[in-house]
Amino acid sequence: MAEHIVTKKQYAYVFAILLVLTLVTTVAGNMDLGPFNVVVALVIAVIKASLVVLFFMHVYWSTKLTRLVAVSGIAWLGLLLWLTMTDLISRGWLGVPGK
Amino acid sequence: MITATVEARDNYLTHEYGVKSWLLTKDHKRIALLYLATITFFFFLGGIFATVIRLELLTPPGDLVSSQTYNKLFSLHGIIMVFLFLIPSIPATLGNFLVPLMLGCKDLAFPKLNLLSWYILVVGGLFVLYAMLIGGVDTGWTFYVPLSTSYANTYVILTAVGVFIVGFSSILTGLNFIVTVHRMRAPGLTWFRLPLFIWSIYATSVIQVLATPVIAVTLLLVALERGFHLGIFDPALGGDPVLFQHLFWFYSHPAVYIMVLPGMGVVSELVSTYSRKKVFGYKFVAFASVAIAILGFLVWGHHMFVAGQSVYASMVFSMLSYLVAVPSAIKVFNWTATLYKGSISYDTPMLYAFGFIGLFTMGGLTGTFLAALGFDVHVTDTYFVVAHFHYIMVGGTMMAYLGGLHYWWPKISGRMYPEGWAKLSALVVFLGFNLTFFPQFIMGYLGMPRRYHAYPEEFQVYHVLSTAGASVLAVGYLIPAMYFIWSLRYGPIAPDNPWRATGLEWQTSSPPPPDNFEITPVVTHEAYDFSVVEEMTVG
Amino acid sequence: MANHSLALRHQFEDVAQQKDASTLGMWIFLATEILFFGGMFCCYTVYRASYPHAFGIASNHLEVLWGAVSTVVLICSSYFMACSVNSAATGHRKALVGFLALTIVLAVAFLVIEMSEWYLLYKEGLMPGVNFTYKGIDPGHVQLFFCMYFAMTGLHASHVTIGIVILVILAFRAYAGVFTPAYYTPVEISGLYWHFVDLVWIFLFPLYYLIARHLQG
Repeated sequence: MAEHIVTKKQYAYVFAILLVLTLVTTVAGNMDLGPFNVVVALVIAVIKASLVVLFFMHVYWSTKLTRLVAVSGIAWLGLLLWLTMTDLISRGWLGVPGK
Repeated sequence: MITATVEARDNYLTHEYGVKSWLLTKDHKRIALLYLATITFFFFLGGIFATVIRLELLTPPGDLVSSQTYNKLFSLHGIIMVFLFLIPSIPATLGNFLVPLMLGCKDLAFPKLNLLSWYILVVGGLFVLYAMLIGGVDTGWTFYVPLSTSYANTYVILTAVGVFIVGFSSILTGLNFIVTVHRMRAPGLTWFRLPLFIWSIYATSVIQVLATPVIAVTLLLVALERGFHLGIFDPALGGDPVLFQHLFWFYSHPAVYIMVLPGMGVVSELVSTYSRKKVFGYKFVAFASVAIAILGFLVWGHHMFVAGQSVYASMVFSMLSYLVAVPSAIKVFNWTATLYKGSISYDTPMLYAFGFIGLFTMGGLTGTFLAALGFDVHVTDTYFVVAHFHYIMVGGTMMAYLGGLHYWWPKISGRMYPEGWAKLSALVVFLGFNLTFFPQFIMGYLGMPRRYHAYPEEFQVYHVLSTAGASVLAVGYLIPAMYFIWSLRYGPIAPDNPWRATGLEWQTSSPPPPDNFEITPVVTHEAYDFSVVEEMTVG
Repeated sequence: MANHSLALRHQFEDVAQQKDASTLGMWIFLATEILFFGGMFCCYTVYRASYPHAFGIASNHLEVLWGAVSTVVLICSSYFMACSVNSAATGHRKALVGFLALTIVLAVAFLVIEMSEWYLLYKEGLMPGVNFTYKGIDPGHVQLFFCMYFAMTGLHASHVTIGIVILVILAFRAYAGVFTPAYYTPVEISGLYWHFVDLVWIFLFPLYYLIARHLQG
């Protein structure tokens, strides 16, 4: 496995973008975007997280297995959230109390 | 069976002596034995709780113990059997011992972490024991809220902390196995040449790693609510007790696959060796293990059909539960096909394998009954469910565990167990098991609730049969405990490959040297290739 | 000293395999951490979806400025951690120790800000289980928000603390010259852990501090 050394300059670019995005999300948070507030916040958070994972944590240069592990963790969390929310959202659809 | 000449060879047991050489060992084989001793202790402790439960249930009135004591008995029986026995059982004993041997490497990827995993289990177990000794817990092994958070006046936090700690043992073992299987296979040992036991252990490890953290955090939340009054599940604040159940069962359903998948792996090995045939449909069985691991995460809501979960979610979970039965069924079909036209021997391990195949099938089929919403509404929280999971856990996993223990005992200890006594015990276990748990299906269907210490007269006959069965089953478990220990001193010396089986573990001495192999093996043949063994057999 | 760079454990064939295994092992551990925090994120999701209005009101009691500053502090610490990995890989011992020290200082700063925020909430009577005296709209659901807030930031803070301990040990070893371009795996995998801690906060900040901010001035 080739040793890829990431330079401090490359890290600095990512760092700068992360700071900018933090500013953006804070400002957006103070605006009234209706239901899109949470969408914008999450999209920005996901972009920031992706930058950290890809570049600070070297996933951009890592093996397929590492990527699989990282993705699996996130996917499984998604599974937990999704099926639990399925229950929550569909309660009351039958019009019968407690179902 | 071939007899061996007695040779003084350096093996992992004789390499070093003294307590420190065991308690500070990094050798996966010694760590496996440390686990074996620990979980055997917990098994018999959990069995004592089961004994008292069955004694109470001999008569309809609650006359042996009070209702609160009874609640503590089934709670501790469940907690000890699930977390301190079944979850570690096959992976931490047989898995730890065999994974490096089957892969042809010297040890696991992280030997010190392996030892730490054992210590973590012991510490967690001590927490649970301490909680048990000062008063125990009565919430059931399921810790449902708001009973566990607000109303129970037993040692919930202490027990929950113990289980939390034990969970990390499970996670670290799984982590160790995954890295070892990915990165430390011997030259030539491709994925599709791996023994099916490894595929099962690998799938189990993936479940352990992804599921266990969720129960850890859930128990943490229960402890925070109970200890710091952070009312996360408190209905008075708008908290949702069903949310607890979602989080709890997200782990606890895959947990049952942690418990049964390794058993299936053992059965694949046993069926192949004692039919002298390669496992039918190797790739199907391998992929079925992975499928069970993944699908097992999609079905947890079937524990919550009557808990207040929405009907639509319940329907989805019901459908997915039928789906997860398919890979298990594929395995059963493939084992059966392996037997067909095989050269069958009825050594003790094979008897246990037969027991597994039959009893697991029954347990699994009754699972499909429970997956049906209409039926489940009637038998939820009755003995039908109790019988279902005991058929799988005891009729399945426990049988596979005993089968594996017998099969690999020569490799582990360098001694043979007494075949006559072993066959007798297997029979006693099988009969005792069925007498204990089959009546439970019937009385559950007729309405006998679970977790009740007093019951209507009409169920007594079933309970008496069940308790009688339990006493027979207990004998069936005690005999092997005795003869295994006896064999360490008086058993015949075992040859390197008493069963003339395939697999790298049989190509080193019984017991193996500390570094497993004199020279790193190079694998050039497929799994279960008996022609190679025939070639190697001398006279 | 040179022996450390060839610290090959006997179960491995070569150093590359050992490094690979360690990295994979840390990633698997981080996957477990995703699910560990994930359980709490699940609770958060369920309750925010159920009580959006109360969560909005509750969120406005948190100081956005401190939340944003905390986020910046952690991102800076991540940057310095990444630089320390680079220094280890290129054999610059002094830079390695320096960057680790900066990471640790920022981590401590994060905790100081966190504890100050907790103290402020305590003063306002918004600490469940201790002195929750909020009397406004929807007290139950607002209290639920704060239960989740303290549980999650508390869990995160405990991970930061453990991270500080790890980094301090690492810094001492780095100072002693243990790490070379041929062997700096502990630095790299500690970096992975530290970046994960940053990641959790990247989500905690918007989810707790930026709900319906426009409601209040």
